[in-house]
Amino acid sequence: MADLSTTIHNIKLRNPVLTASGTFGYGIEFDDFFDINKLGGIVVKGTTIFPRQGNSYPRMAETASGMLNAVGLQNGGAPYFESDIYPKLIKYETNILVNVSGSTIEEYIACAEIINELEHIAGIELNISCPNVKEGGMAFGTSCPSITAVVSAVRAVYKKTMIVKLSPNVTDIGELAKAAESAGADSISLINTLLGMAINAETRKPVLSTVTGGLSGPAIKPIALRMVWEVAKAVKIPIVGMGGIMNATDAIEFFLAGASAIQVGTANFIDPLISLKIIDGIDAYLNRHNFNTISELVGCLQM
Amino acid sequence: MQMRKTVQNLKVITNLRLNDDHHLLELKVPDRLETIHPGQFANLLVDHSGVFLRRPFSIYSVDYENNTIYVLIKVIGEGTRSLAATAVDGFISTIFPLGGGFTLPPAKERVLLVGGGSGVASMMSLAQVLSADLNDVSILLGARSKNDLIELDHFSRYGTLYTTTEDGTHGVKGYVTNHPIFREEIDQFSRIYCCGPEPMMIAVASKAKMESVFCEVSLENTMACGFGVCLCCITETIQGHKCVCTDGPVFNTNQLKWQI
Repeated sequence: MADLSTTIHNIKLRNPVLTASGTFGYGIEFDDFFDINKLGGIVVKGTTIFPRQGNSYPRMAETASGMLNAVGLQNGGAPYFESDIYPKLIKYETNILVNVSGSTIEEYIACAEIINELEHIAGIELNISCPNVKEGGMAFGTSCPSITAVVSAVRAVYKKTMIVKLSPNVTDIGELAKAAESAGADSISLINTLLGMAINAETRKPVLSTVTGGLSGPAIKPIALRMVWEVAKAVKIPIVGMGGIMNATDAIEFFLAGASAIQVGTANFIDPLISLKIIDGIDAYLNRHNFNTISELVGCLQM
Repeated sequence: MQMRKTVQNLKVITNLRLNDDHHLLELKVPDRLETIHPGQFANLLVDHSGVFLRRPFSIYSVDYENNTIYVLIKVIGEGTRSLAATAVDGFISTIFPLGGGFTLPPAKERVLLVGGGSGVASMMSLAQVLSADLNDVSILLGARSKNDLIELDHFSRYGTLYTTTEDGTHGVKGYVTNHPIFREEIDQFSRIYCCGPEPMMIAVASKAKMESVFCEVSLENTMACGFGVCLCCITETIQGHKCVCTDGPVFNTNQLKWQI
């Protein structure tokens, strides 16, 4: 057994595998399937200060090697999370992070303030990259000044580990990552979904109610790898890589590109047990290649 | 005891071709089956490179003696074509049982089951359970044409069977709601259960509402996961968006925001 443990800022992970926001519910939904304490951590779904109904149906379109979604941050709001969900999460020993989103900087701050009071939440993932909301979301994550504004504002109120989740729908991801780092991010996670679209040729209508949506799944992995590699060269803080990871080999590729940990997203929909298989597969890889620790592999790309 | 949801590789025991586009698969469950409720569904992995997501199917029938479940596959696209072609002794990764079931009558009642298209699948498991509980079961199946009606002999074992076809080749000509049962006897039923294409369910729900008869429908929205985390399969209810996979797939039509 290799040592799979790692750290993201102050968060100690028993292994580098987390589950991505919006693909793992609150973790509770997986209790029937497996003991989620075996994970490095989970990122619970996008939480905003006010409840959100999300977008209308249809919200999903299957694509070649992936899917588009347009959920639109449906959630009960941070006060609901605190009163109704958080008490159910205290039983878990794994790291629980909350993905925090908003339409305005004030909403991000208000949400982060509530989460800051929750002892059992290890950190937040600041979502400035959701492509499926009309206001806020990705709009904050696509320019350096707006990243600086929202990240520094939340930094001022959130005391524990703050990961900033970046959008791939940008020209120079490295510059944006630097802006987040300078504004106080403890870690960068990437990538969120790519803006895409599906059309039904028979009806001559868009498939999604919102016309456009976020593309995820193996179709986006090459883009995600390239962006993790670029960000790894641009910042010193640890990177959490994601985008189309379907198996342990995919995860290894992200470590080689410079990620210290990874998140499994869309693959959870197809195989609820996939993150456990990925943990086992990473261990097998490290043993096969004579690595003692996962950290030795990070950024180990041979050029 | 209600069965926990699980993901398992199930062996195909039989693969029966019912007609041009319907196959009935019998899948062996390795662990001992616990109670699966009519209306619950299974999400099947498709072994085909062009298909990314699982495909959800109502559980058609459960054989507790042989520890098998049946799923009815209607061939629509690549995914269903591939599943329907699975050879006997092949394996299909299956997540089940998912969702909740129909609300069963507390005592013996006169009930009407209305099924159309692949929606007949959940009506089969429901008819079996209702019939075993000694309810007075009527089953009305609608289809385009005679050849699209499946398993009629099987259905007739569990209740009085009626049919409609759009071309009049079997039973009453027209849609299910054109059947005289909706004109003459609808208020005689204490409950109506329905699964089929949405326009059919809306039409049936409308008839039920006019006579103030309890009506439950099983919805089939596109979904990515089937267990309540992708939030893609939502339907509009009087309590806001609800997931078809976990809050349904069965809904009382009073809860839905259908214009009926």
